[in-house]
Amino acid sequence: MNARIIAFCLWPLPALAQGFAGMGSDAEGFTNPVPGHAFEFPADHGPHPDFRIEWWYLTANLQAADGTPYGLQWTLFRSALAPFEAEGWDSPQVWFAHAAVTSEGAHLVAERFARGGIGQAGVTAEPFDAWIDDWRLWGPDFDDLRLMATGPDFAYDLALDAQGPLIFHGDGGYSVKSEAGQASYYYSQPFFDAHGTITLPSGVVEVTGTAWLDREWSSQPLASGQTGWDWFSLSFDSGAKLMGARMRGADDAPYTAATWIEPDGSSTAYTDGAFTAEPLEQTEVGGRTVPTRWRVTLPDRGLDVTVAALNPQAFMTTAVPYWEGPVRVQGSHAGRGYLEMTGY
Amino acid sequence: MNRAALRALWSHWRRNPLQLFTLVAGLALATALWSGVQAINAEARASYDAAAGTLGQGRHDQLLPAAGETADQAVYLALRRAGWQVSPVVEGRLRTESGSVRVVGLEPLTAPEGMARAATPGEGDLAGFLSDPPLVAAPDVARMLGATHGPVVEDASVAPGTVLTDIGKAQRLLGFDGRVSRFIVLGSQPLNRPPLDAVAPGLVRQPAQGGSDVARLTDSFHLNLTAFGLLSFAVGLFIVHGAIGLAFEQRRGMVRTLRSLGVPLRRLIALMAAELLALALFAGAVGVALGYAIAAALLPDVAATIEGLYGAQVSGSVRVRPEWWLSGLAITLGGAALALLDALWRIARMPILAVAGGRAWALTGARARRWQTAAAVLLLTAAGALTVVGDGLVAAFALLGCLLIGAALALPPVLAGLLTLAERRTRAALWQWFWADTRQQMSGLSLALMALLLAMAANVGVSTMVSSFRVTFTEFLDQRLAADLYVATEDAAALESFAAPMTSEIMPSQSVETRLAGLPAELYGARIGMTYRRNWRFLFATDAPWDAVAEGTAVIVNEQLARRSGLWVGDTLAVAPEVRLPIAGVFGDYGNPIGQAIIAEPLFSALFPEVTPTRFGLRTDDPSDLRRALIDDLGLPESAITDQGALKAFSLQVFERTFTVAGALNVLTLAVAGFAIFMSLLTLAAMRLPQLAPVWALGLRRADLAWLELLRAVVLAALTAVMAVPLGLALAWVLLALVNVEAFGWRLPMFLFPLDYLRLAGVSLVAAALAAAWPARRLARTPPAMLLKVFAHEC
Repeated sequence: MNARIIAFCLWPLPALAQGFAGMGSDAEGFTNPVPGHAFEFPADHGPHPDFRIEWWYLTANLQAADGTPYGLQWTLFRSALAPFEAEGWDSPQVWFAHAAVTSEGAHLVAERFARGGIGQAGVTAEPFDAWIDDWRLWGPDFDDLRLMATGPDFAYDLALDAQGPLIFHGDGGYSVKSEAGQASYYYSQPFFDAHGTITLPSGVVEVTGTAWLDREWSSQPLASGQTGWDWFSLSFDSGAKLMGARMRGADDAPYTAATWIEPDGSSTAYTDGAFTAEPLEQTEVGGRTVPTRWRVTLPDRGLDVTVAALNPQAFMTTAVPYWEGPVRVQGSHAGRGYLEMTGY
Repeated sequence: MNRAALRALWSHWRRNPLQLFTLVAGLALATALWSGVQAINAEARASYDAAAGTLGQGRHDQLLPAAGETADQAVYLALRRAGWQVSPVVEGRLRTESGSVRVVGLEPLTAPEGMARAATPGEGDLAGFLSDPPLVAAPDVARMLGATHGPVVEDASVAPGTVLTDIGKAQRLLGFDGRVSRFIVLGSQPLNRPPLDAVAPGLVRQPAQGGSDVARLTDSFHLNLTAFGLLSFAVGLFIVHGAIGLAFEQRRGMVRTLRSLGVPLRRLIALMAAELLALALFAGAVGVALGYAIAAALLPDVAATIEGLYGAQVSGSVRVRPEWWLSGLAITLGGAALALLDALWRIARMPILAVAGGRAWALTGARARRWQTAAAVLLLTAAGALTVVGDGLVAAFALLGCLLIGAALALPPVLAGLLTLAERRTRAALWQWFWADTRQQMSGLSLALMALLLAMAANVGVSTMVSSFRVTFTEFLDQRLAADLYVATEDAAALESFAAPMTSEIMPSQSVETRLAGLPAELYGARIGMTYRRNWRFLFATDAPWDAVAEGTAVIVNEQLARRSGLWVGDTLAVAPEVRLPIAGVFGDYGNPIGQAIIAEPLFSALFPEVTPTRFGLRTDDPSDLRRALIDDLGLPESAITDQGALKAFSLQVFERTFTVAGALNVLTLAVAGFAIFMSLLTLAAMRLPQLAPVWALGLRRADLAWLELLRAVVLAALTAVMAVPLGLALAWVLLALVNVEAFGWRLPMFLFPLDYLRLAGVSLVAAALAAAWPARRLARTPPAMLLKVFAHEC
C-alpha cells in the first residue's frame, strides 16, 4: 500500500496542525467519550464503529532461556471514515495493523491493511477474536488469549494468561488528554503472563515474559495544538506497574496523565503534572531525532527512574511512522517496559 | 579573423538562398519524418505502460481463476486469512451510450503502489475514494461516461479506454457482486504461508512478465514503423549530403582565397563545422516541430490500427516527450556530421592553390565508382544470403536494409552502363552528345536518383503488400461473414427458440480468453453446420477436419497460433487442463491479433459450463423479415442486430484506416525524393553552363537545350522507375513472406498490380519533369551574353 496515501488521507500529518495522525481533527458525526461511562463487558472488548479511532494494542517484554531480552508488539487499529458500519465494500471502516519484534540488535516490522465489511479484518467480543488477514488475537475470553502474526522475516505465536484484573485509566476509564478536555475511553490488561515462540531469520526462539494489552477508543483524543505523545508502560520488579503518558503541544507545556498499579490490581490515577518525563539522550533514527533515554518521575510514589531503550533503532517504518520498543528501567525502581513515541 | 572568415563563409549562403533552403529543408524533412514516427512509437509505448501500471499486468504475479470464470470473493478472504498478500481486481466491460469501456475495480488499501496511486489521483482523497468511489479515467473516457454512474475524475495517466474505480463500485457496475476477476500477488509475503493449492485450489499462478503481452505483441509493429522512419531519414540524408557537398564544392574558390589570405586550415574547418552545427540545430528544431505535427495528424489512425490489430488501446493525442525530440535532434546532427565529414575531408586534402574547378565535385573519380559498385554487389549478396539463412524480424529488416541500400548504390553504375549502351547505338551527333552529357551529369544527380529509387521501391513494395492484404482480407470476409444477420443478446435460449423456425442455421459464438500453448488466446465453441463446412478455407488440414471437430475429437487453430507456438496439423494442443486434442486444421485469420482455437459446442459447454453465447450468426432467406420479427416480436433493440453488409463495410473501413499511415508515409517519402531531384537539377543548372555553351555556340537554340534538359530528367526518372519496380516487388515479397509472418503471425499470398505500378511510374515522371521544368526554363531564358562569357573566361 502506498504509505503516503494512507498517511495523507487517513492520518493527516502533524504539519497540518491537526495533531498526530489526525487525532486532533474535530469529530463531527462521531460519538465523543463522556465522563461516567459504564463499561459493559465483554461487549466493550469489541469494536465501537461510531467512534473515529480505536485500537487493540499489545506489547510484551520477553526473554529467551539464555536470558536474551526481546520485545514484541501487535496492534490492530480501526479507523472510521464515517460513524457507522455497513456490509460489504460499502463499509466506511478501515483496519490496519502493525507487528514488530525487537531485540538489542534487530527491529523487524510488518503491517497489514484491510477494508471493513468483508470479513478480512474485525473484532468480535465473545468469544474474543481480533483479526486481520492471518494475524490474530483470540481466545475463549479476554483473560485467556493466543496471539499470532507473521511478517516477511519474522513470526510469533504466544499464549497469554491474565494474572490480574482490568485497569481503568483516568476517571474510571475516561482518560483526559488535554487542557481543552479531549479524552478517550481507555483501559488495560497489564497482567498477562506470556510464553510461546518467536521466529527470527536466525531460527525459532522459545520465550517467556509478560504482556500488556491496551484498549482505547475515541473520536478526537488530542487537542488541535497537540503534536504527539510519549507513552510509557513500565513493570517494576516489585510487581507494581505504571502507565504514564505525556501529550506534547506545539507551544504549551506537555500535558501528562498516569496510572499507578499495585501488584494486587488496585490503581490510582494521576492528573496533569503529577507524572513527569524528561528526555536525557537523543538518537537519530528513521531520519528523525527521537529521545531514547528518559528521566521519569512520579514523586507521589517516590519514583525517579531512568528509562532507556533496549534498541534505540526501534522505529516503526510503517505508513504512519513512530517509535515503539522495549525499555529497561533503573533508579529508584528497577524493571522493564515499553515506550511509544509519536509525532517526532 | 574569425568574424571576417565567418562573414565570407556566410556570404555564400546569402548569394545562394535556394541552396540554404535546400539544406535546411532537407534536414528538417528528414528529421520530421523520423521524429514523427518516434513520437508515435513513444506515445504508444506510454499507453502500454499506463495500461500495465493501472491494470497491474505483467509487473506482478497474478492468481487467475479458470478461463472464462471469476472467483468467489470468499476466495479472497481465504487467501488473506491464510497470510497470502494478494489484492483483488474486478475487470469487465461496461457499455455506455457511446461505446464500451473497460472497468477495472481495485481495492486501494491492498493494491500495489502504482495501481493505488493511479486510482486515487491527486494523492489526497483515499477517504473520498472509499466513501463515494469516483470513476477515474482519461479525459476522453471521462467525457464519454458523463455523470450517469456517479462522480468522475479526469486523470490523463490512466490507460486509454479504461476506467478505474473502487472494487465495490466496479462489482455493482458490472453485475459481478461478490466476484473477483483476478488477484495480484504482492511483492512481500509473510513466512509460513500455506501453499496455494491448500488455500485456493481453483486458482493458477501466472508469473510476472518482463513486459505486458501487449507490449510484446506490438513490438513488431513499432519496429515496422521505425524502419519506415529510418527509410525516410535515409532519403532525407541524400538531400542533405547533396546540398552540403554542392555548397562546399562551390566554396572551393573561397576556401582557396581565405587560406591564401592566411586563415589556417584548422580554423577554417572548425568554422565550417560550427556553421553547419548551427544550421543543423535550426533545421533539427524545425524538423522536430514538423514531426510533432505529423505525429499528431497520424496518431489517431495508428491508434485505430493498433486497436484493430492487437486490441491494445493507445491514447489519441501526442505529448512532447524528450525521448523522441532528443533522438530527432541527435539523428539530425549525426546525419549532418556524416555529410560534412566527407566534404571537410576533401577540403583538408585540397592543395592550397588548386584550381577551383566547379565541376570537380561532380566528376567523382572512377575509383569511387568502383568502390560503390563493389559495395552494392556485397550488400546485394548479403541480402541474398539473408533470404536463405536469416531468421526472425531483425534478420528480415537487415535483409531489407541490405537490399535497399545495395540497390541504391548499384543504381548509378547500372544507369551509366545503360546510357553508354544508348550512346553507342545512336548515330546522330546531337543524340550522341545527349546521352554522353546525360551520363556525365549522372554523378551529380545520382544521389537524388537514388532517393527516387528508394522512395518508388518503398511505394511499390508497400502498396503491393497492402493491396495483396486487401484482396486476401476481402476474400476472408466473404468466407467468414456468411451469416445474414448477427445478433447480440444476453438471453441465448430465448433467441434460439424464437429464431429456429425462421432460420436455416443458427451459429452461436461463445468464447473464453485463455492461454493456449503458453500464449494469450481465445478458445471458441462452434456449432458446426453447413456454413462452416462450405465457407471456411483451411491453409492446411486433414481430410475431414470438420467431422473430427464436430465429434469433439479435434481442434482447429488459426495461423497466428500455429506459427507462434510452432504447432501444426497433427500436433496436439491442450485446450483445457487435461484436455488435449489433435489439430485437424489451420485456418487463415486476418481480423485478429491473437491466437484462436475452435472446438465443438458440446465439448466447449462441458469444459466451460458458465459461459453462454451472447452473439449469434443467423442464416435466413429473408433477412429483413427476420430482423423485423426479432425487433417487434422478441423485443431486441435495433442496435443488437447487424446485417452482413454493414459488418463487412465496417471491417473494410477498419482495414483501410489501418494502412492510412503506410500510405501517408509513402506519399511523404516520394515528395522528399521529388524535392531532392528538383534541388539537384537546380544547383547543377548554373554549373553546367560551361558544358552547354559550346553546344549553343554550335547552333542549338536555348529552347531546344531546355527541352533536352527536360527530356534528360524524364529519361533518368524513367530508367530509375524501371529499376524501382522489381526492387519494390522484392521489398513486397520480404514484407509479405518474412516481416508479416514475424510481426502479425500470418503469411499472405502476393498479388501483382501492374496498373498501380504504371501509375506510380507516371507520377514519378511527371514529378521529374516538374522538377526539371524550372531549371530548364531558366536555361531557355539565359541571356546569350552569359553563354558567351563562358568562352571569355576560358581565355
